Amino acid sequence: MSNLTDLTMAEARDGLRAKDFSAVDLTKAHLEAIEGAGALNCFVTNTPDLALERAAQSDNRIGSGESGSMEGMPIAVKDLFCTRDVQTTASSHILQGFTPTYESTVSQNLIDDGAIMLGKTNLDEFAMGSSNETSYFEPVVNPWRREGDDTPLVPGGSSGGSSASVAARLCVGATGTDTGGSIRQPAAFTGIVGVKPTYGRCSRWGIVAFASSLDQAGPMTRTVRDAAIMLGSMASYDPKDSTSIDRDVPNYEAELGKDVRGLKIGIPTEYRVDGMDPEIEKLWSSGADWLRDAGAEIVDISLPHTKYALPAYYIIAPAEASSNLARYDGVKYGLRVSESDDDITELYEKTRAEGFGTEVKRRVLIGTYVLSAGYYDAYYIKAQKVRSLIAQDFTNVFDKVDAILTPTTPSAAFGIGDRTDDPISMYLNDVFTVTVNLAGLPGISIPAGLDANGLPLGLQLIGRAFDEQTLFRLGSVVEQAAAFKASPVNWWSAAS
Amino acid sequence: MSVDIQTVRRIAKLARIQVSENDADLESMTTELNAILNWVEQLEEVDTSNVSPMKSAVETSLFQRADKVTDGGYPEKIVKNAPRAQDNMFVVPRVVE
Amino acid sequence: MSNMQERRGQVIQGVTGDWEVVVGLEVHAQVASNAKLFSGAPTTFGAGPNENVSLVDAAMPGMLPVINQFCVEQAIRTGLGINAKINLKSVFDRKNYFYPDLPAGYQISQYKDPIVGEGVVTVDLADGQSVDIGIERLHLEQDAGKSTHEGDHSLVDLNRAGVALMEIVSKPDIRSSEEAAAYLQKLRAILRYLGTCDGNMEEGSLRADVNVSVRKSGDPFGTRCEIKNVNSIRFVAAAIDYEARRQVDLIEDGGEVDQETRLFDPNTGKTRTMRSKEDAHDYRYFPDPDLLPLEFDQSVVDEIARNLPELPDQKKARFIEELGLSAYDAGVLVSEKETADFFEEAAAGRDPKIVANWTTGELFAALNKSGQSLSDCNVSAKQLGALIDLIADDTISGRIAKDVFEIMFEKGGNPAEIVEERGLKQVTDTSEIEAIVDQVIANNPDKAAEVKTKPKAIGWFVGQVMQASGGKANPKAVNEILKRKLES
Repeated sequence: MSNLTDLTMAEARDGLRAKDFSAVDLTKAHLEAIEGAGALNCFVTNTPDLALERAAQSDNRIGSGESGSMEGMPIAVKDLFCTRDVQTTASSHILQGFTPTYESTVSQNLIDDGAIMLGKTNLDEFAMGSSNETSYFEPVVNPWRREGDDTPLVPGGSSGGSSASVAARLCVGATGTDTGGSIRQPAAFTGIVGVKPTYGRCSRWGIVAFASSLDQAGPMTRTVRDAAIMLGSMASYDPKDSTSIDRDVPNYEAELGKDVRGLKIGIPTEYRVDGMDPEIEKLWSSGADWLRDAGAEIVDISLPHTKYALPAYYIIAPAEASSNLARYDGVKYGLRVSESDDDITELYEKTRAEGFGTEVKRRVLIGTYVLSAGYYDAYYIKAQKVRSLIAQDFTNVFDKVDAILTPTTPSAAFGIGDRTDDPISMYLNDVFTVTVNLAGLPGISIPAGLDANGLPLGLQLIGRAFDEQTLFRLGSVVEQAAAFKASPVNWWSAAS
Repeated sequence: MSVDIQTVRRIAKLARIQVSENDADLESMTTELNAILNWVEQLEEVDTSNVSPMKSAVETSLFQRADKVTDGGYPEKIVKNAPRAQDNMFVVPRVVE
Repeated sequence: MSNMQERRGQVIQGVTGDWEVVVGLEVHAQVASNAKLFSGAPTTFGAGPNENVSLVDAAMPGMLPVINQFCVEQAIRTGLGINAKINLKSVFDRKNYFYPDLPAGYQISQYKDPIVGEGVVTVDLADGQSVDIGIERLHLEQDAGKSTHEGDHSLVDLNRAGVALMEIVSKPDIRSSEEAAAYLQKLRAILRYLGTCDGNMEEGSLRADVNVSVRKSGDPFGTRCEIKNVNSIRFVAAAIDYEARRQVDLIEDGGEVDQETRLFDPNTGKTRTMRSKEDAHDYRYFPDPDLLPLEFDQSVVDEIARNLPELPDQKKARFIEELGLSAYDAGVLVSEKETADFFEEAAAGRDPKIVANWTTGELFAALNKSGQSLSDCNVSAKQLGALIDLIADDTISGRIAKDVFEIMFEKGGNPAEIVEERGLKQVTDTSEIEAIVDQVIANNPDKAAEVKTKPKAIGWFVGQVMQASGGKANPKAVNEILKRKLES
C-alpha cells in the first residue's frame, strides 16, 4: 500500500471502493500526518475522535453499498464554517470558545455525502487577510520553502490553513471561502487547485459572514478532478439563503476530458500590469499556448475597469463587514470584557477592542466611515457604481469568449512578516482575483509551474456565471499540460 | 477627503471599539486609514454619471417563504454560548431608558 | 370631505399669544402573522423567555434572513387600505446601531425605497368635521427584543426580536390631540377590518411614536420632539397635550426646544428625556446584502385589491345610502369592526334604523355603564335582532323591550323565553283592556269629565291604564278604547 496521504480524492475513492483500505485507515493516516505537522499551525481545532467515529460509520456505509460522493474522504474545514458542537472561531479572539448548535449547509452537505472532518483550519481573522498573519491563533506556515532557504513563507489567505493542509497532505481536500481571492490566492501560493464558484452556487448559511455580497465557499484540492468532486457535494440550492440560486448542480466531474476545441479564451490586456514579474508573464503565455494547443482559440480582450476593482472592493467589503461584525458584542457568545461597574457601552467597546485584531479593526473603521452620514454617496454608492461597470465589463466580453485566462497572483508566496507594515501592498495580492468576486463569477486557480526559487505559481480561469463546467474542462487541460507534479519537501515533521 | 484624530474617535465610537485616550496613540492609525482612503479615492477618476449602483451579485427574484412556524422553542440553545445568562435570558449591565 | 380652511386646530394659549400644535405619528403595527418577518419562529404573545427565538433572531454567526411572503402581502393590503401607492420594487436596508435588544447590531428595515408610498386616511371628528391626514409611507421592519431590569443588570429576551412590523408614517398634518386620537382610532379600525394587525395596544401590537412641535399660526414648523412607544390612544392624546404645553412654556421662557427623543410616563402624565440614546445617531443605512430587492408584479397587487374587504369608509357610505342611517350613526357603527359586524348581523332582514337605534342607544349605554366590550357582553347580535322582532310583531311594547334588554344584558338569555317566563306578553285582547279602562274611569269620574273640555288630559288615563296592566297593554288599543269611551 502506497502512502495513503499521497492519494488524491479520486484515488482514495477508488481505493475505498476496491476495499484496498478502509475509511478508518485513511482517516488515521491523515490524523497522524496532522499530528506531525504542528509546525505548520494549520489547525485551530482538531477533531480526531469525531473523525474516527465518522470514519467507522463511513466504513459501515461502504460495506452496505450506501456510499456518498465524498464517502470516507478526510477533509479539513475552514474555521469560518459553523460546525455543530465543534468550536468555531473565525480565528478571532472574540469568538474563542463559541460552539455552534448548528452545522453550516455546506459542511452538512459534505457530511451527508460521507466526508470526514479532521479539524477546523486556521485563517486570517474573519477571513480578512491574504497571508494568514491576521489570525489570533498565530500565522500558518507554508509547507513550501524557497530552494535552499528556510525562511518561513505565508500560505496565502485567508484560507491559509486549508491551503497548507491540502498541500502538506494532511487531508485530501479542504473547504475555503473566497471574498476577494481567499481560495484562489492561497491555492496558488501552495501549489493546489482552488475554486471560487459563482455567487449563489454554495449556500452561505452557517458560514461566519465577512462581506455578504462577495463571500462564496469553494473546494481546495490537489487536482482539478478532486475539486469537481468536492464542489459537486458542497453546492446546493438552499432556501435558508436568499442569495442562493435554485439551479441543479451539474456533474462537474463528467466535464473533465471533454473537448475544448473551438472554445474562445480571452486574455485581458489590463491584467498585464506594470512591473509584472517576468516569470508570471511567461507562465501566463504558456497557459495560453497550452489551451491553443488543445484547440481553443486565444483572443485579446479588454476589461477596462480592472484597475478600479481593488479600491471598490476595499470600500464595499469593509462596509458590509462593519455591519456583519456588529453582532460580536460580548452579549450572546464568545468573549466578553467588562468590569463590574461598566455600563453596556463600555462592555461593547472593551470587548470589541480586545476581541478584534488590528486588521479587523482597521476594516471595521473604514467600513463604518464609508457608510457614515455625509460619506455614503461619495464612497459606498460610488464603489457600487464602479462595481456595476466591472460586472458590465465581463458581460461584454462573455459575448465573445467562453472563459478568461489570467495569472492568479502577481507574485509567489512571500515571507512571513514581509508585508505586514503596509496594508495596501498586502491588499494588492488580490489584484487578479477580486474582480471575479465583484462580478459574482466563478474562478479556478490551477498550479501551473514553479518560479526560479522553486515556489508554485497558479493560473486563473474565469467563467460565465454558473458555467463552472467550462472551467473544469479547461482547468483539466491546463493541469495536464502543466504536468505540475511538484510537492513540498516535508521539513515540518522533523520540526514539529 | 481625509480623517483627523477626532474623526477616528467618532468612527470608533460608532463602531463601539475602544481606542486610546491619548491622541498620540491614534496618530499611526489615522495615517493608515488616510492612506487607504486616499488609495480608494482613485475611484473618482471613473465616470459613473449614468451608472446605477450594483444591488446584487445574483440575478434572481427574492424567495419568499410561507408563513409557517418552523423554528424556535429552544431557549437553552439560544443562551448556550452566552458569557452571562439567567433564566434563559442574556444578562447585560443595567440599561437605562 | 375635508375642509382645511374651516378646520379648527388645538390652540395653546401662551403669554405671547396663541400657538398651534403640529403632530405627526409613526405607528408601529405588528403584522398578524404566525411566524416572524425573516425567521420561522412564532410570534405568539406571552411565551417563556427566548422560547420564540430562532438562531436567526439571536443573530448567531452565519445566520441569514428569509422573508415571510404573508408579511409582504399584509403590507400591500394595508397600503391599499390607506389609499396608498404600492411600490413594485422596494429595498431592505440595515439600520446600524448597538443596543442589547438588537442582537445583530442592525435592524432590517426599509429606508429609501419602502414597499408603500404616499396615501391618505380620512378622520371623522366629534364635531362632525372630517379631515384628511396624509400618509408619508409604510414600510416593513423587524421589531426589537425586550429588556427587563433587575438590580444592577438587565435581562434580554428576544421573543419579540424579528417580529414583523409595519411602520406607518403620517405627514405632519395633525393639528390637535383629538385629531391624533381620531387618526389612531381610524388607522386601528382599518388594520382590523383588513385583518393585517390585531390592533391590540396592551400587548404592544400597535404602538405610536409621536412627533410634536408648536408654532405661531403661519410660521414654519418648530423643532419637534419624538415621544417614543406610546401604547394607548388616551396616552397619545395626553402626551401631546403635555408636550405642546411644555414646548410653549419653554419657548416663552426664552428657551429652545431640543430635537430629542422623549418618553411619556402614564403615571405622571409627563414626558421626559430618554437617557439611553444621548449620542448622535448615525444609522449608516445600506441595502442588506443578505437580501435581494423585493419585487412583484402589478398583478399581485390587483389580486390583493380584488380580495380586499369592505373598509370603514365604504361601509359607512353604504350604511347611509342603502340602509338610510344618519351619518352620525353610520360613523359610530363602523368605527370598530366588531360593532359593524354586530350591527350588520342584527340588522339582517330587519329595519336597519331601529337596529341602529338599539345598538347605539341601549346597547352602547349598557356597555359604557358596565365597562364591558361587545365581545364579552351577554347579548348576541341574533338575540338583539330577536328582541326587535318581538316589538315589530306586537308581542311586547317598546317599553317592555327595554326591561327585557336589561335582563338579557345582566343575565343573558333569549328574549322570547324571558318574555314567556316573566309573562311580559303584550295584552291585545280588547275585552281585557276594556275591563281595565272601565275600572280606571270608574275610579276617576272627575278626570273623566275633564277630558270633554281638555282632550289632552286623556294622556293621564293612558298612563294609568298602562300602569294597571303592568305595561303589557297594547298602547294603541288603550288609546282607541279610551277615546271611544271618554270623547263620545
